[in-house]
Amino acid sequence: MYFSILIYGEDGAWEQLPPEEQQKVMEGHKALQKALGERGPFATAKLMGASAAVTLQPVTEGADALVLDGPFADTKERFLGFYGAEFEDLDEAIRFARFLSSAYARIEVRPVEWAGGVLAQEA
Amino acid sequence: MRGSRFGRWNGPAACWLRRPEISTWLDAQFARCRPRAIAALTRQFRDIDLAEESFSDACLRAVTRWPQDGQPDDPFAWLLVTARRAGIDRLRKTRRAMAHVEAEMANEPEFTMPTADDLRDDVLRLLFICCHPALRRQDQLALALRVVVGMSVAEIARAFLVNPRTMEQRLTRAKRTVASNPVPFETPAPAERLKRLNDVSTMVYLLFSEGWSTSADTVQVKLPLCHEAIRLARLLLDLFPGMAEQMGLLALMLFQHARLDARTDPQGKLVPIDEQDRSKWDKVLINEARALLQKAARHGPPGAMQLQAAIAGVHAVAVSDSETDWVRLGDLYAALYALQPTPVVRLNQAAVLQKTDGPAAALAMLEPLVEPLSAYRWFHSMRGALLLETGDKPAARLAFERAMDLGPTAPEAQSLLEKIALCQK
Repeated sequence: MYFSILIYGEDGAWEQLPPEEQQKVMEGHKALQKALGERGPFATAKLMGASAAVTLQPVTEGADALVLDGPFADTKERFLGFYGAEFEDLDEAIRFARFLSSAYARIEVRPVEWAGGVLAQEA
Repeated sequence: MRGSRFGRWNGPAACWLRRPEISTWLDAQFARCRPRAIAALTRQFRDIDLAEESFSDACLRAVTRWPQDGQPDDPFAWLLVTARRAGIDRLRKTRRAMAHVEAEMANEPEFTMPTADDLRDDVLRLLFICCHPALRRQDQLALALRVVVGMSVAEIARAFLVNPRTMEQRLTRAKRTVASNPVPFETPAPAERLKRLNDVSTMVYLLFSEGWSTSADTVQVKLPLCHEAIRLARLLLDLFPGMAEQMGLLALMLFQHARLDARTDPQGKLVPIDEQDRSKWDKVLINEARALLQKAARHGPPGAMQLQAAIAGVHAVAVSDSETDWVRLGDLYAALYALQPTPVVRLNQAAVLQKTDGPAAALAMLEPLVEPLSAYRWFHSMRGALLLETGDKPAARLAFERAMDLGPTAPEAQSLLEKIALCQK
């Protein structure tokens, strides 16, 4: 079953951590990528800071979608990135998601209903 | 993995984090909340020192409360409410209360969180207070780093290469100057807001430049200034997400900062941009900067920050110095000169013209600058290089010698002497 591992956290908080703490978080990602890579294909992406984002408003009749600067929703925590891969079941997905456990992010595991397309090897 | 200590902060105490992680996390939270909190407190108390003291009180309290009670849902609101109470307590003790604080205390139970719009103007005002025209530029930067960013006096002194006592005195003096020339605390009119935003953006960019312009042995020491400038630019963009020039400001600094790892060689010597190993440029920062400029371009004709960023961007995406898009650079400098007709912009435009139209055309462009830039050593070293290229060795030599008289750095002097020798052959 295909699961997504979604990462939420405070925009910019990670950047303020000292290098050794950042290193620890990165090691979790590397370990997860290694473990996933040994099992088969997976997808992952880290999103840029929300200041680089624009948001398309819902379309109103007879008008193009309004494009606003900034991320969707003015919240404390933001969507930072994700992984997607086949797992046996939820327990296994959670086991893998634990690689990313840290004080600095909230990790959501959610089944994927449909997936398509290809993520570039090098963004 | 059993009994993992990670997870929600407001989970049971058993889920608590390891000690070093707590303090790191708390510091990051305090740093994130600080600019908005200090700004809001400064409006409430009309007193920067009191704002700083009461915010420190709140942080101290958080250090003991949060690990026991769990992180509050909204740490910023918690810190602000706690700091405000701490500040009022301090006022009661020291009796330095004034009319507006009395009024503030009178409606204490009805304290409401400042709105996003209020906070936006508060942070802008606080930064604008730091840009006070009566302060020397470096003192403006130091004050912003101390008050808004929360860097310690020792850290600031180190980055500015002065001793901590001197910096302490300068900051004290700067705060006194600022307090005696208050900035109005009312919500600014749109034109005033825009003016403040421009002044503050300039200050943030100068902070970056201060950190970036350095000699080989101080690259690391001055780096915090660049980091803080980028952080402040992100903060401004966060507060003013639709301002194209703020996107330009951040993009400009990111394009430059992307070259960090390439600008020193293994011996620690500075490497000029045209000799840098471009594979060491940070592609992520370059891409973020490009995305910001693309966003900004949707807002209409670019302003000066965006044009400067676009210029930096042309260099950032060129695979080599020789393959730089000089024609596009020429257009960008022409557009920048239309907005900012300064001799230095013209000088840079001439440097590009040399690449597209040759040294004679560039020399013609420099002609009107002889007087305004007579004391600017890069003008003379560049003019010398152009004259040398056209074969006018005696004139080139005079130009290089003039540059030598204007206090070049050691590596510059070395290169000037080599060129003077060339002129004598």
